Amino acid sequence: MATITLGKAINEGLRKAMEDDPKVVIMGEDVGRLGGVFRVTDALQKDFGEDRVIDTPLAESGIIGTAIGLAIRGFRPVCEIQFDGFVFPAFDQIVSQVAHMHYRSAGNVKVPITIRIPYGGGIGAVEHHSESPESYFTHTPGLKVVTCSNPADAYSMIRQSIACDDPVIFFEPKRRYWDKAEVDLTAELSPLWKARVAREGSLATVITYGPSVRTCLEAAAAAETEGQDIEVIDLRALSPIDWDTVFASVSKTGHVVVVAEAPVFGSLAGEIAARISERCFYSLEAPVLRVGGYSTPYPTSRVEEDYLPDLDRILDAVDRSLAF
Amino acid sequence: MPPMAPPETATALPPPQPSEGPDFVQLLTPEGERVTHAQYSLDITDEEIRDLYRDLVLVRRIDSEATALQRQGELGLWANLLGQEAAQVGAGRALTDRDFAFPTYREHGVAYCKGVDPVTLMGLFRGTSQGGWDPQANGFGLYTIVIGSQTLHATGYAMGLQRDGGDGAAMAFFGDGASSQGDVNEAFVWASVFNAPVVFFCQNNQWAISEPLERQTRIPLYQRAQGFGFPGVRVDGNDVLAVLAVARAALARAREGSGPTLVEAYTYRMGAHTTSDDPTRYRVAADLEIWKLKDPIERVKAYLSRTGAGDAAFFASVEAAADEVAAHLRAGTLALADPDPISIFDHVYAGGSTLLDEEREQMSAYLASFADARH
Repeated sequence: MATITLGKAINEGLRKAMEDDPKVVIMGEDVGRLGGVFRVTDALQKDFGEDRVIDTPLAESGIIGTAIGLAIRGFRPVCEIQFDGFVFPAFDQIVSQVAHMHYRSAGNVKVPITIRIPYGGGIGAVEHHSESPESYFTHTPGLKVVTCSNPADAYSMIRQSIACDDPVIFFEPKRRYWDKAEVDLTAELSPLWKARVAREGSLATVITYGPSVRTCLEAAAAAETEGQDIEVIDLRALSPIDWDTVFASVSKTGHVVVVAEAPVFGSLAGEIAARISERCFYSLEAPVLRVGGYSTPYPTSRVEEDYLPDLDRILDAVDRSLAF
Repeated sequence: MPPMAPPETATALPPPQPSEGPDFVQLLTPEGERVTHAQYSLDITDEEIRDLYRDLVLVRRIDSEATALQRQGELGLWANLLGQEAAQVGAGRALTDRDFAFPTYREHGVAYCKGVDPVTLMGLFRGTSQGGWDPQANGFGLYTIVIGSQTLHATGYAMGLQRDGGDGAAMAFFGDGASSQGDVNEAFVWASVFNAPVVFFCQNNQWAISEPLERQTRIPLYQRAQGFGFPGVRVDGNDVLAVLAVARAALARAREGSGPTLVEAYTYRMGAHTTSDDPTRYRVAADLEIWKLKDPIERVKAYLSRTGAGDAAFFASVEAAADEVAAHLRAGTLALADPDPISIFDHVYAGGSTLLDEEREQMSAYLASFADARH
């Protein structure tokens, strides 16, 4: 067992993936000599060389477009998009090329590309450095989308994402990069496409993922002091979603709050609410409520705490559900 | 009041480039005369020239037969290549089995050279597949419809060759319109800084649907390469010998580790952009007449006829081969069956998806609910 940060856990996972498969290459801006702006790729270029850890020109479409060519040649590229808000120059290559290639080729071409995107707010950053664009990608058939919330999952999920024969968008909760936990680097890998009951409870279900998992667990702990027993589901996989785990919890509690940082309107949270209403209608004791970002561009950092879901907004929603 | 003069910026700019000049590589004139070039030469037998002639005629026939099939309602769309046969056959025959081509949606001639059955191409235009050929089997990528995207794929593939010791090269096909795309310019940057073994083969056919070349560039396209740090060359795109020579040299340069080359094959889209287009709305018929005099097939025929390298029996045999290809194409296309609706879920993912499993079941059940009504 080792006590490591979430960022270090991804680093260890990348290292293991590169050791296990010589076709794994890492590419992105500043990922080599610097080790990434968050140091997630620290020391990998030193150990695996410049051909396998590639400092690229500053062109996101170029990163993804060339990764496709490398994949066609039999490589397994792991691309880093430096920040969430910088993914859009690569959006076309991701949604029109990466996502379509296997389908277009009737299964003849695999593009096992992992696209790592540090995402979410709460780090006091400037514009384009705090966004949650996951819904654009979960809305795109042909992509798989996952996000980790803790060091153990980070280590396991990055390795499985790289090993996956489908393209995977791997969202990294950047404000949790420094969260520490014990990670067994020799443990069996937990299934990638399964949600996790992060906390068991019977009164209400809070469904969340990524950076909001810790917030929701803290909210549940606070609620416990007032006698409320809240279950927290960490989705882990955002596309496809492990609905069995979700529906089992909803059937048990009948009260649901979905929490994510992304603007609520038109988001993945809406899809989750809709599915639950379709499949668990008779179990529900209240409408599914959503807590997330407002319909504004991500605000300036001095007011971001008012924009992001926090303990009070989450518990307020739980209370509204329970009072319905 | 008299009408105001248009503002300065709206006046027509002079054409950015002459079609001929010292930088223009030509080895066979429109009249069918072999000429020499200081830098490029081609050691080729008459037998090989006859083969190229056959390629050109067959490719044109595939194109015209597909156009006819579209007009008869058998294809939803066809992207014509009329006029670009020499550019595509020259490049296609320069490629070896070691090399990988990344096409747009118009490279039917390259597909032919790479051994892709033209019937397979028709699936995309008939709506029975999205392409579906195996790129690895032929070294010929899938048709890419978003303009310029494939130039990055070619560059990445070339970076792969550098990393696994492959001794081939990648060739990215694109057009004058694509030269304005960010992806193409990014591909130039990447290929240059990584010294990637890729050839950028631009068929400058003068028109991006209705937009003329001067809406894309103020300098000859091949000169753009210099700014990115690699050589550019303009070749007569209607001269199959010159294209073959220039493409071979560029591929050899890439394979030996000397990096990328931009080849501008200067040609003309004699037909419409696609069968949905009407070029009479935006260009004058006189231009077409000028380019007809530079026809890529006629000049080879003139050479073969005048030198005696091709006799009447040869030309008749090529016509017969073209008839055969056309018949194969027609029969094969008409036999392309509509896919089973349930097959839309196939191949979205290599590893499957629980979401798709659920939707497939829903669609099956829904379709099955009509089964009784049909009987």
